[in-house]
Amino acid sequence: MSATAVSRAKLSVGERSVAVSSHIVLSIWALLVILPLLWTLMTSFKTTSEIFASPFKLPARAALENYSSAWTTAGIGSFFFNTVFVVGSALILVMLLGSMCAYVLARFDFPGNRIVYYMMLGGLMIPIFLAIVPLFFVLQNFGLLNTLPGLVVTYVAFALPFTVFFLYAFFRSLPYEISEAAAIDGANEWRTFFQIMLPMARPGLATVAIMNFLGLWNQFLLPVALNTNHDNYVLSQGLAAFASSAGYDVNFGALFAAVVITVAPVLVVYVIFQRQLQGSVSQGTMK
Amino acid sequence: MTAAAYGPPAPTPPTVVAPPRAVPNRARRWRRNLTFDKISLFVVFLGLPLALYVTFVVSPLIQAVSYSFTDWSGFSPNFKPVGLANYLKILSDDTFVKAMRNNTLLAVIVPLIIIVLSLALATMVTVGGASTGQIRGIRAAGFYRVISFFPYAVPAIITGIMWNLIFDPSSGLVNGVLTRMGFSNFKSFPWLGSVRTAMPTMMFVIVWGFVGFYMVLFIAAIKGIPAEIFEAARIDGAGRLRTAWSITIPLIRENVQTAYIYLGIMAIDAFVYAQALNPQGGPENSTLTMSQELLSTAFQKGQFGVACAMGVVMGLMTLLFAGIVFTINRVTGGKDRITLA
Repeated sequence: MSATAVSRAKLSVGERSVAVSSHIVLSIWALLVILPLLWTLMTSFKTTSEIFASPFKLPARAALENYSSAWTTAGIGSFFFNTVFVVGSALILVMLLGSMCAYVLARFDFPGNRIVYYMMLGGLMIPIFLAIVPLFFVLQNFGLLNTLPGLVVTYVAFALPFTVFFLYAFFRSLPYEISEAAAIDGANEWRTFFQIMLPMARPGLATVAIMNFLGLWNQFLLPVALNTNHDNYVLSQGLAAFASSAGYDVNFGALFAAVVITVAPVLVVYVIFQRQLQGSVSQGTMK
Repeated sequence: MTAAAYGPPAPTPPTVVAPPRAVPNRARRWRRNLTFDKISLFVVFLGLPLALYVTFVVSPLIQAVSYSFTDWSGFSPNFKPVGLANYLKILSDDTFVKAMRNNTLLAVIVPLIIIVLSLALATMVTVGGASTGQIRGIRAAGFYRVISFFPYAVPAIITGIMWNLIFDPSSGLVNGVLTRMGFSNFKSFPWLGSVRTAMPTMMFVIVWGFVGFYMVLFIAAIKGIPAEIFEAARIDGAGRLRTAWSITIPLIRENVQTAYIYLGIMAIDAFVYAQALNPQGGPENSTLTMSQELLSTAFQKGQFGVACAMGVVMGLMTLLFAGIVFTINRVTGGKDRITLA
């Protein structure tokens, strides 16, 4: 404690100027991040005529009708529930299938193991655009085009490589003694996975689930190309459609409100899991 | 492709651990040990995900490459091979070439800016503190770190829409601030509507969306470096810049390389941002991306063969980009692996 006090007292002029300039740079960056978000929040409570009057003036009163008109007229409400359904189901499925696949690849040494592994790895590097046109017809042949289940299946397939890749390393790091002990105690392979290995992998699962949630919630290209029925729109594409239509009937208040409605759940998830997420990023990097 | 699906890559996953090669006698032992239990586990655990992956990811990829050599229009079952005609067509099409140029510009400039900025910010937060006493970041580092990650939690399309509103010529925040500061010629300046500023504006928005994530990633990587190394450098008289250049960057080289490749994949796609900021490709196609051109060629013009060829070009550009990054990293000394042990 006193050592810190001493060292702080001895700070030279040069030291102090470095600290001050670092703080200035970081503060500018922090403002650049926060101000646009706050401005959007404030503007979402202004009427369209107030928005055009001045970008700075606070709203005379909170125009909550922006939110109701975004929710109902613009259909953000139904887009929201579509998104919750699609992202929710895809997340559960990809976590289940991904951990199963990663487990088998990581813990069993079978012929073809490497081929499957590298095939998954390759999926991480190739742009989604290369596949999009044939994918359209694959879904059409299955009768899944423009349906929510079709979107779920596609999300799962495209989130699989990342999930497998990450959990593979995780399952490999789990001690072998425990699964051996389970086998000796008479647990079969299925039981070993669901009752022993999966619970042990919980920290890794949580990390991947959060990353997948953010990724799938933000997914834009797949729905735009494969889900063109307006009733089935998810939030990201619905909002893009609303933003381009707002140019004509100019309900900017509702557009700002719709932006806030879309950002809020993700920011809430982030703030709740903030520690977990920042820890997980470091976990991923430091091996 | 998941990189595209996820915007930035999620945490750099641990280094690639290649599964051990199955040696012959192991394979034999493996076959002897097959029980119903194990077989059923394999069928479900490996079969299900693989079937899904092959059907919806691998097979479309292969089909895309083969369709790119045909005149397939999608809706008629008849098509014939046309060789390289589609490729010649898109490479002599001014619009697509312009889009290629735009994506190349994005891939060259955007990753560089993002990585330099996020490295600088990460260094300040982790080791930028006083150069006496313990190695530490500057005060309130945690606050800056949490705030910085915010843009990553905002969906990319929202980032685009939000900045589109902020750059709005008449009601936007940017022109409001500039006019108030006395720059009256910015009164209704169309940031996204003029040829000179549209592309830089788009780059700015992309940088805004990604710097925070990579900053957090680099913070984690820098924290993985033992403090003694920084202390040793300090005793040897290295200043801040010297330490950053000669200690920090070499030690987190792998992370920088991964970040560069993911950002490159993102820049060659850039669909979300381009679509949110200028759905029509901007003034004189100045922000048009290959991805936008691909989608309109496929689903509006119905030229699926041509669109597949565009997809292949995008894939090849991605590979080329990754190859260049790997090469530069090797040439500049990345091949000398540094171990900390």
